[in-house]
Amino acid sequence: MLARVLSLSALLAIWFLAAALAHSRLLPGPLAVAGGLLADIKTGELPFELACTLARVAAAFTIALILGSVVGFLMGQSSDFNRYADPWLIILINLPALVTIIFAYIWIGLNETAAILAVALNKLPNMMVVMREGARALDPKLDDMASAFRLPFASRIRHVILPQIAPYLAAGARSGLSIIWKLVLVVELIGRPNGVGFVMGSAFQLFDMTKLLSYAISFVVIMLVIEHLVVQPLEQHTFRWRRQSA
Amino acid sequence: MNSTHSGGDGKALELRIDRKTYLSADRVPVDVIRGLTLRLGAGEFGALIGPSGCGKTTVLRIVAGLDTDFTGECRWPPEHRLGVVFQEPCLLPWRTVDENIRLVLPPDRAKADLSDLIDTLGLSAHRAHYPGELSLGLARRVAIARAFAIEPDFLLLDEPFVSLDEAVAARLREELMTLTASRNVTTLMVTHDLGEAVQLADHLFFLSDRPSRVVLERRLSTVRAQRTDTFIRSTAEELRSALLVEAAAPR
Repeated sequence: MLARVLSLSALLAIWFLAAALAHSRLLPGPLAVAGGLLADIKTGELPFELACTLARVAAAFTIALILGSVVGFLMGQSSDFNRYADPWLIILINLPALVTIIFAYIWIGLNETAAILAVALNKLPNMMVVMREGARALDPKLDDMASAFRLPFASRIRHVILPQIAPYLAAGARSGLSIIWKLVLVVELIGRPNGVGFVMGSAFQLFDMTKLLSYAISFVVIMLVIEHLVVQPLEQHTFRWRRQSA
Repeated sequence: MNSTHSGGDGKALELRIDRKTYLSADRVPVDVIRGLTLRLGAGEFGALIGPSGCGKTTVLRIVAGLDTDFTGECRWPPEHRLGVVFQEPCLLPWRTVDENIRLVLPPDRAKADLSDLIDTLGLSAHRAHYPGELSLGLARRVAIARAFAIEPDFLLLDEPFVSLDEAVAARLREELMTLTASRNVTTLMVTHDLGEAVQLADHLFFLSDRPSRVVLERRLSTVRAQRTDTFIRSTAEELRSALLVEAAAPR
């Protein structure tokens, strides 16, 4: 913890010094950025734009996570299905994010559906690959146990399968969250009238570095808070049985 | 080709495996079992004894309904409950001992009080532990408790005492005897340990090498409580020579 505080303070000090030395409109100091940040919070502009972006992140994340998990799991379970689905997966994985985004905007239109779908589609193949591995790593002995004792389908999923794929789900969700929020900014920059990405686009045209920095920082802070308050406690709860086993 | 789990009489078990083959690595079918029949009366304790690799576990998997790819028939009574103790304990590492045992309970027994069973197996102090914290002996006990918790009509045991030290194995055998005697369950145990089979079982089935079949069948009439060490040793000795005679005889 102390190391973290020291390291962040050092970063802040370097920024302070560099801004003081440069004395330029292109590198505002921490105090100027903090001022801009507070002003934007007071007008309600910053919370609104952040909320727009977070809603898109949540929607795209949910779609990619559920669809990617189900399809990836089935691919891992059935080699026949995998043979047919794998070429699609390879195409999807190698499609540059920008291409998917532009196609979605052209075919679906400059709307919310296109934005969210484009982001979800970019995360989808990655989630599928991770979950396919998870399904392949299932322990056949536990499966035998479940069959021999005639466990009902629902409790098989809940007690036998989900805990086995939980580490894969967690890994996929984690990397997914970081990819998705970066991509959401891109779709907003290209074709949305609000959200952090849109603000950054207009700030770029006005060379408004204070705004760029204050939005970037507040977004990083939000994502850190989500990581610490949601993702990590959830992981700790899911893997609590591991702490005991030495 | 085969019909598993169709109706039969009483709580007896009848098994007929005409043929069971595996595909070897170079895709050649290999016969593992050929012409094996086995009948276990209600409440009997049967033991399948044979050299390692002769397909004992395969027989058990077929009986448990885990392997349906064989020619033959396994006859069950129409209503039955099956408890299985696998060679490895097969516990869920992310569930506590208690949760592992309760997981398999049928809905009508969901609220059953299992303290007696858990006491008998000496697990009371470990109910809240995770399997990762248990020794192999304790994990085996949990697996046995789980199989008994559902009050099975049939119990299948796959080398349940292998790789335990002898003292622990001996205690677990005692506990298993107490449980099977008090609950009138029809049991089939796979083992390569003849002494263990003579100590526990009423009905012994000796399997041949691959392709395996029953080469010798023997009932023991002495009640289990009277099977002393001397009795076990002499019976095992006698069975060994009977097996040798059997092996020498032309088919």
